[in-house]
Amino acid sequence: MFPKGTKRKFSDSGEEPVSAGDQVPPAAPSVAARTLTSSYSLQRQSLLDMSLIKLQLCHMLVEPNLCRSVLIANTVRQIQEEMTQDGTWQIMTQALAAAQCPADRLVATEVLCRQTDAAAQAGQSPKPFSVVGLEEGYHAEEVVMEGDVETEVTMSTLSPVSPQLSSASYLAGPFGMGPCWEEEEEDGECEEDEEEDSEECVSEGEEADRDHLSADSRTGEQVFGTFEIKHPAPPPDPALEELFSDVDPSYYDLDTVLTGMQSAPKMGPYDLLESLSSHGPTTLSSSSSCRSDLNELDHIMEIIVGS
Amino acid sequence: MEEESDTRKINNSFLRDHNYATEADIISTVEFNSSGELLATGDKGGRVVVFQREQESKSQPQRRGEYNVYSTFQSHEPEFDYLKSLEIEEKINKIKWLPQQNAAYFLLSTNDKTVKLWKISERDKRPEGYNLKDEDGRIRNPLTITSLRVPVLQPMDLMVEATARRVFSNAHTYHINSISVNSDLQTFISTDDLRVNLWNLEITDRSFNIVDIKPANMEELTEVITSAEFHPQQCHTFAYSSSKGSIRLCDMRQAALCDKHCKYFEEPEDPSTRSFFSEIISSISDVKFSHNGRYLMTRDYLTVKVWDLQMENKPLETYQVHDYLRGKLCSLYENDCIFDKFECVWNGSDSVIMTGSYNNFFRMFDRNTKRDVTLEASRENSKPRAILKPRKVCVGGKRRKDEISVDSLDFSKKILHTTWHPHENIIAVAATNNLYIFQDKVN
Repeated sequence: MFPKGTKRKFSDSGEEPVSAGDQVPPAAPSVAARTLTSSYSLQRQSLLDMSLIKLQLCHMLVEPNLCRSVLIANTVRQIQEEMTQDGTWQIMTQALAAAQCPADRLVATEVLCRQTDAAAQAGQSPKPFSVVGLEEGYHAEEVVMEGDVETEVTMSTLSPVSPQLSSASYLAGPFGMGPCWEEEEEDGECEEDEEEDSEECVSEGEEADRDHLSADSRTGEQVFGTFEIKHPAPPPDPALEELFSDVDPSYYDLDTVLTGMQSAPKMGPYDLLESLSSHGPTTLSSSSSCRSDLNELDHIMEIIVGS
Repeated sequence: MEEESDTRKINNSFLRDHNYATEADIISTVEFNSSGELLATGDKGGRVVVFQREQESKSQPQRRGEYNVYSTFQSHEPEFDYLKSLEIEEKINKIKWLPQQNAAYFLLSTNDKTVKLWKISERDKRPEGYNLKDEDGRIRNPLTITSLRVPVLQPMDLMVEATARRVFSNAHTYHINSISVNSDLQTFISTDDLRVNLWNLEITDRSFNIVDIKPANMEELTEVITSAEFHPQQCHTFAYSSSKGSIRLCDMRQAALCDKHCKYFEEPEDPSTRSFFSEIISSISDVKFSHNGRYLMTRDYLTVKVWDLQMENKPLETYQVHDYLRGKLCSLYENDCIFDKFECVWNGSDSVIMTGSYNNFFRMFDRNTKRDVTLEASRENSKPRAILKPRKVCVGGKRRKDEISVDSLDFSKKILHTTWHPHENIIAVAATNNLYIFQDKVN
């Protein structure tokens, strides 16, 4: 029995914290009102993480649903805008800028999108469209393919995504909806309680990530090995120029891509991904095994850029 | 409504015992033809099954026009796009019947990329007595032929054959979500996420693009087309819905490219219910003109809305389908259920509308009496020929005996596809891999 005046919660597991939190209308720009709940920002963060995972999970065989992807991307952008207004976005950007040096970020999208099955077919095709707001680099190849023409040149350019393998492992591997669902339930329960509990839940998620890491290193070797073949200097072929004439050349601006920093509030996708691991440890043991490959990669990139 | 259950799987009992469903048998679309005599279903495996209503016979009055399998054929096969290294699913997204003009039946069926026109015809006679070949089909030795005869048509067992008469392909970069036959019976539109193409039924190598919302820079893409339909009487008018909850009515006479809409229907957002999921749940999953052509019905995640074509700023009526899910949007977002595309349908007189929900529930709303009912399509909970019992979902507090609580709803059992007979109160409801046909009880 509850003493008079205390409102009992509808249900312990059913009521979703995010919805409850969303009853604070974001239209009211009172910063005080918004920062009131660190649980609200935690929930918002988890929604952002979830959305990014959904966007990144590349379905190998069938083209993903464009409507779903657009809706998720819009949600991400909405969160991004709100976090920018909050000032939390800036904080994240700065924290990550301090932590990382740009060259370490080069991991091909193949690593991210390819599942742990090393025998997965080559020519993995990324999503057929570019995600709004999460621009550049991370889907440079998609832009190429997006040229409404059937003739496709698989220029698998390097996409600067975080080699923070904890983040990468969110994306690769059989991180399907099943485990996600269960994890979220745990998170949900945790977030109902103290903050400390929610941190535990998050680190639980991290452990799941580490299981995927070894798989990633395996494919990492394989993928990096193919980079040399796949990176000739772009040919000045007039036919190709014409093909890409409607493509924004900034996608090919490797300087932008390599430096990896874009003006606030836009964050590069790798930055967003790193934010997924912002709760947990920053480096993991297996990243060192990739480091030598990354250095080689740096070298190749330098040659291409011509610096 | 009285129930008459009809399932397609041959080894149905096996499935029921083991509670296992092959994915290929999941029904992906259902559609009555314009007379209601035929009911077509398409499934994930690319097959179309057509049911035909039995003629009512005086000797067996209790079998009031049951639907039996009439024809089954493989409409689409899985394909592989070599350029993109992607599979093209054979799942039938939509079937639309053409009105009957002769003895044969015609329907359009589509998967993600290709629309096909199928002719379904009956054959009950065959010629016998050929000169050059014998009854087995073997060529006769010409030296043994001593006389000529005229082949005669002999009756045979009824055979229903389906042939693909047209294949409309290579016109869609994105996934086709809907097709609609024009009232002129000469053209139809096929719609994908970003474009609407107009075809002539006779011409397969050419189509006209009449709507294109693809931005020059794909990064700016924030809205996609979710469905489109021709007006039932005006052959120059069609409507298309978007993922942002708006509907545009276009007149093809205005310009070749219908980028400018004549009417724009959108309800302003209610700021008090705004959340991160507002846009997603406002995305329209289905749009249907009423039979009389005066209204439009749209289905978004939580509601069904009826719009008057003359009033663009707000819907005429809004019906809550399962508002109890509003508090569960985060979970539904996580398990992707929030992206489920429910369809909606009018009855023949436009007085009742119907749509599906979870837990194999479907809902009907009477526009005149404002009453609504929730029914369940499930074998366990209803016997054949029994009257369906209305269901209720309990939202909070005490749960009554027959009510179901929100938390025990099965979100894997969703009714996305339903159809209503054009004249009578007969409905077909697809529940995963089972088809239910319900008829109104006549005293």
